[in-house]
Amino acid sequence: MRGNHVAAEAAVRAGCRYYFGYPITPQNEIPEYMSARLSEIEGGVFIQAESEIASIHMVIGASMAGGRVMTSSSGPGISLKQEGISFLCALELPAVIINMTRGGPGLGNIAPAQSDYFQATRGGGHGDYRTLVFGPNSCQELANLTYEGFNLADKYRIPVVILGDGMLGQMMEPVELPPEIPLKKLPPKDWTLTGAKGRPSRFLRSLILDPIKEEEHNWKLMRKYEKIVREEVRWETAYADDAKMMVIAFGIAARIAKGAIKRLREEGIKVGLLRPITLWPFPSKAIRDLAKKVKHFFVFEMNMGQMVEDVKLALEGNGEVHFYGRPGGVILTPLEIARVISSQYYQKRLG
Amino acid sequence: MLIKTVFSGFGGQGVIMMGQLLATAGMVEGKNVTCLPSYGAEVRGGTANCTVVISTEEIASPVASEPEYAVLMNNPSLIRYQNQVQSGGTIFLNSSLIEDRPIRGDLTIYEIPLNDLVQQLPDHKGANVVMLGAFIKKSALVTLDTMIRVLKDTFGGKNPAVFKLNKSALVLGYEYLE
Repeated sequence: MRGNHVAAEAAVRAGCRYYFGYPITPQNEIPEYMSARLSEIEGGVFIQAESEIASIHMVIGASMAGGRVMTSSSGPGISLKQEGISFLCALELPAVIINMTRGGPGLGNIAPAQSDYFQATRGGGHGDYRTLVFGPNSCQELANLTYEGFNLADKYRIPVVILGDGMLGQMMEPVELPPEIPLKKLPPKDWTLTGAKGRPSRFLRSLILDPIKEEEHNWKLMRKYEKIVREEVRWETAYADDAKMMVIAFGIAARIAKGAIKRLREEGIKVGLLRPITLWPFPSKAIRDLAKKVKHFFVFEMNMGQMVEDVKLALEGNGEVHFYGRPGGVILTPLEIARVISSQYYQKRLG
Repeated sequence: MLIKTVFSGFGGQGVIMMGQLLATAGMVEGKNVTCLPSYGAEVRGGTANCTVVISTEEIASPVASEPEYAVLMNNPSLIRYQNQVQSGGTIFLNSSLIEDRPIRGDLTIYEIPLNDLVQQLPDHKGANVVMLGAFIKKSALVTLDTMIRVLKDTFGGKNPAVFKLNKSALVLGYEYLE
């Protein structure tokens, strides 16, 4: 299945019945699939909104009413949704937002890139907020994380961002899809706005004029984010045991890097790979622990250097970081990145 | 085993479809596959290519540095890919549209005159599937039977005539090369 279709089907199986979006390449297959799929399901709602801004606010509405809801877009469209994402965080509303990143800034192009790392992990919206950000690297992981994303979004009442890229959205791989959850089995929500008949009325609002109360609200959000940092960090390593240099890459870049590392290992070059799966919370502790054994880190991204800042923050100076990035939608081959890694390896006299 | 194939041509020549069919056939045979299409914003014209990796082990990268096979449908594709194919690799080229020949001596070249071959088919369509037939004959990545099954699953549901046309195109290509 194609990545975009995988994400859409996994969402439906996780109980997503509401999709609001506005078309943009390279994620158009998500609304295409959703328009057909949701029309077959009882209670399924698909709306192609008049704009990205309208679609994210429809997400807010559906989430307030207790539905599992998703929207998707690519770079420029996500920029427009930022205001709504800030509101989702303030109102503590669950939602899943997929960004199949393309080359930027501006309209950029439609080729795969990772230039929205800052946008996803720092948030382009206003106010102190965080979103859970996943960086899947295969269609299978895209299915699993989208599916799980809905559960985590509900658990923490937080928007979950799936940061893919144009390549993940377009490529096809065999996938084992997770089982469909019947809506009745989903845990009940005690905060939704569903009409106050027979119960006291509830409030959901992001305007808190009293600074003391707003501060309290911020602390409440902060404690939630701290819990996520403690419990939800995910990463994986490969060839790490005897590595003298660790490559750190996420998403599709990590797959290209892994292909490169396989080649380098055949030549006896001892490099390993660490791949953050959650981009926020970032696996800082895992990297700090690695730095006890390895002193050289090679960060590869399909942008001009964004995640490398998190790596440096994690290391706090306990390791030497070299960055190599290719922005603009250029797709490097494993051979090309292998050459860059090996030249750095020999420059540092590791082999 | 890890075999990488690049399909390349004009948008509209059915390049992505060839890749998708091959990847699906690989999956049906129980192998690991990735299929990475790449095309411009145009519906027709422009360039399109598709990288398929078929493997019995885990596929790290869906991007191929040095593919074993290149299936080239037009001249710009030949210029782009002839130097990327690994030494000892194979190029299948559409000799109806490609006038140049690779200057490398370390490759096996199969020339398939697709425009002439499709004259034998009703409506003169299905050049990409003719090429695919020739490709699976020589690469032996998947069997003819599997590919016919995949054609049936892909096209048979909507219109049995389309499946029949594609099947005869596949067999025509398969039997063209010795």
